[in-house]
Amino acid sequence: MQAHSETRIQEMKQVSMKKKKISTFAVELKKVRKYRALVLMALPGLLYLLINNYLPMFGIVIAFKDINFAKGIFGSDWVGLKNFEYLFKTTDAYIITRNTLLYNITFILLNTGIAIALAIMLNEIRKRYLSRMYQTLILLPFLISMVIVGYLVLGFLDVENGFMNKILLPMLGLDPISWYSETKYWPWILTIVSVWKGVGNLCIIYLAAIIGIDNEYYEAATIDGANRWQQIRKIMIPLIAPVITIMTLLAIGRIFYSDFGLFYQVPLNTGVLMPVTNTIDTYVYRALINLGDIGMSSAAGLYQAFVGFILVIISNAVVRKYNKDNALF
Amino acid sequence: MQSGKFYQWIINIIMLVFTFFCIMPFWLLFSASLTDDMEIVRSGYAFFPDKITFSAYEHLMNSSSDIFRAYGITIFATVVGTAVGLALTAMVAYPLSRVEMPFKNTLAFYVFFTMLFHGGLVPTYLLYTNYFDLKNTMLALIIPGLLMNGFFIILMRTFFATSIPTAIIESAYIDGAKEWKIFCGIVLPLSTPVLATVGLFYTILYWNDWFNGLIYITDSQYYSLQNLLNRILLDVQFLQSSTQAGSRSAEIAANIPLASMRMAMAAIGVIPLLIAYPFFQKYFVKGLTIGAVKG
Repeated sequence: MQAHSETRIQEMKQVSMKKKKISTFAVELKKVRKYRALVLMALPGLLYLLINNYLPMFGIVIAFKDINFAKGIFGSDWVGLKNFEYLFKTTDAYIITRNTLLYNITFILLNTGIAIALAIMLNEIRKRYLSRMYQTLILLPFLISMVIVGYLVLGFLDVENGFMNKILLPMLGLDPISWYSETKYWPWILTIVSVWKGVGNLCIIYLAAIIGIDNEYYEAATIDGANRWQQIRKIMIPLIAPVITIMTLLAIGRIFYSDFGLFYQVPLNTGVLMPVTNTIDTYVYRALINLGDIGMSSAAGLYQAFVGFILVIISNAVVRKYNKDNALF
Repeated sequence: MQSGKFYQWIINIIMLVFTFFCIMPFWLLFSASLTDDMEIVRSGYAFFPDKITFSAYEHLMNSSSDIFRAYGITIFATVVGTAVGLALTAMVAYPLSRVEMPFKNTLAFYVFFTMLFHGGLVPTYLLYTNYFDLKNTMLALIIPGLLMNGFFIILMRTFFATSIPTAIIESAYIDGAKEWKIFCGIVLPLSTPVLATVGLFYTILYWNDWFNGLIYITDSQYYSLQNLLNRILLDVQFLQSSTQAGSRSAEIAANIPLASMRMAMAAIGVIPLLIAYPFFQKYFVKGLTIGAVKG
């Protein structure tokens, strides 16, 4: 008897929940009429997102099809996981994954370390105009496009006219180096370019976090007899740790994506250098545009989007656990 | 509360070295563009050329056509893209900032999800080339992937929601003002800081964009400045790395500008940004730090 009434209560609850859901939907729908001006205002942008962002999401089915343009994208034959099988049978899949991950790990470690060190130093500088001048100048590389960076690097490494081969190496009594055909230098070159271009941005972010620290903490520490170095280690760094964690986790969430410009423009799309410059992004681009191999490129693209999505979710969950306010969602 | 004099010296020296490392490549670019071509062939790109000459820039001014058309295309795409992008962003962000907006949370998630996942290059490319026919049109430089960005919508929505007092909007509403009038007459004028910041980022993104041109534009007539610079750079590399002198190599070689001219072209690609930088630096820094450091 009792069990029966309990189930009845539960049933009633479920019905009322359903009603509530329907009624909120109806209320929202009614609001559409009343606030149609607001809805109309948002409509163009929402439609743009539908076309530019949501339609391509359905395009991930391409990776499971043998695309035949005569039949259209949705009419083409399904091939299951064939495209992925082909992709992972090649050594390319291993090389592009390895390059993407190793470069990104190196960039995250170096950029974060250098940016924090620079931010702490910038905060210590007593002359305000000097500090402001440094900030202005270290942000310059962040402002320009990778095509221009390609020119700047060529200015140094050009085999015939470059600064290295024509001036620096002869000065040191060394032979000219054929920079754009030897793979062994490129991990270094790409890392230097990445630091050069990215550190300014990160440094400004950490500096903003340091400036935001309340002066009272330092004053209290001074009274307790802590010297400057102890204050940096025991007060400043722990207080900016949340920002460091968030920035790093965001970067880890994007570890499967590489800066296409860095790996395509800076080595000038040179074939010989591909073992050390090919990443998932450049692979997808070349497979699509140069080879017209839609199957392979869409398989590699989906592989990236899928693993990337999972990494973003995981890193966000970690951020959330660490500090709810800083989570993306 | 700062460290002693000795440390001030050390810190300043380290910072000077690092800033020098940051600006040195720009210096090399400008000095190379001001060097005589014969000197470049003889002694390479130098930081201090023997003789400074503006002949590369004069040549560029007289050679007309290609570079000016590319410049015009870049300016057009930047102005139109920024204006339309900014308008669309504000028009989505403002309704989402209002509590009265129907389906507010669902739509906010709809915007937010675009930041988490996207279909990738292949579906986007096929969509714009097969269904919308954007290949080799000016629209290809403006529409795909640049017009709007979920991050900027959320940035603006937060600003509207926190910095514009709802009392103002409500009283205007009671006075009988229409939504559009409130938006254009009250909200936007009060939001110049965030409009300036987001507008600036759109401007820089459009000015620097070469990716859309690289994938959607094969006809050099529609090259933006970045695409023209890109083409020249890749052609130079193609010539140096290809051993056989085929007809394609000869054709490319005939069209490649001299070394100093190439550097001058890249220089005029960055000069507008460098000139404008001191004026927009404040908003730029604000935009960079706003997402990362809260409060």
